[in-house]
Amino acid sequence: MEVRVQEAPFAAGAELDRFTARADGAGAVVSFSGIVRDDSGQMAEMLIEHYPGMTEKALESIAGQAVERWSLADVLVIHRFGAMKPGDQIMMVATAARHRKHAFEAAEFLMDYLKSRAPFWKQERGPDSTEWVAAKQDDEDSLTRW
Amino acid sequence: MIEILYFAWVRERIGLPREKVETTAGTVSELVAELSAREERYALAFSDLSALRVAVDQELTDFDAPLEGVREIAFFPPMTGG
Repeated sequence: MEVRVQEAPFAAGAELDRFTARADGAGAVVSFSGIVRDDSGQMAEMLIEHYPGMTEKALESIAGQAVERWSLADVLVIHRFGAMKPGDQIMMVATAARHRKHAFEAAEFLMDYLKSRAPFWKQERGPDSTEWVAAKQDDEDSLTRW
Repeated sequence: MIEILYFAWVRERIGLPREKVETTAGTVSELVAELSAREERYALAFSDLSALRVAVDQELTDFDAPLEGVREIAFFPPMTGG
């Protein structure tokens, strides 16, 4: 299990290769990458604030639950903070399991939980306005399926 | 002494990222009431508790949580990771 909270960019492809190489005995690896999206066409920058200390603890707890529930061979979570531009990678998760169903489900579980249970806050900065991104009720509702 | 941390727009409204507070409050709600009575900026930040989340010693909890033995409390809006 590997959880990283970092400001620096990362290369999702290289991370996935490394993760796959060490996922010994797993028949399935699933990965998800989150990318900064600019819906308004006005975003200059996205800033992600986090709660150092609690963020790592929360992600480790979520990753640990996924490992246990789906008997994962391994799990990787990388989440960035700080300033990013549209098109930049924000985060990724990867799961390794014996069978694909478990790897897919565990990746979805990780995404649902880290969207609304890990202490990150997104702020969008445009040319003349700065706005905190509001949490979506849908994201909260999606936790009930687990 | 309890250390209080604020994040995102809660930090902006209160005007501080963190502060140490001497309190006799028994629960998070009592601490919120105490701070709100102290200054307008707290009352404003805490005016709608349904829009806020709280963590006690870095664990998410609710506003009824007791404060005995607690070192760190954080107030913030619902999280938007991922």
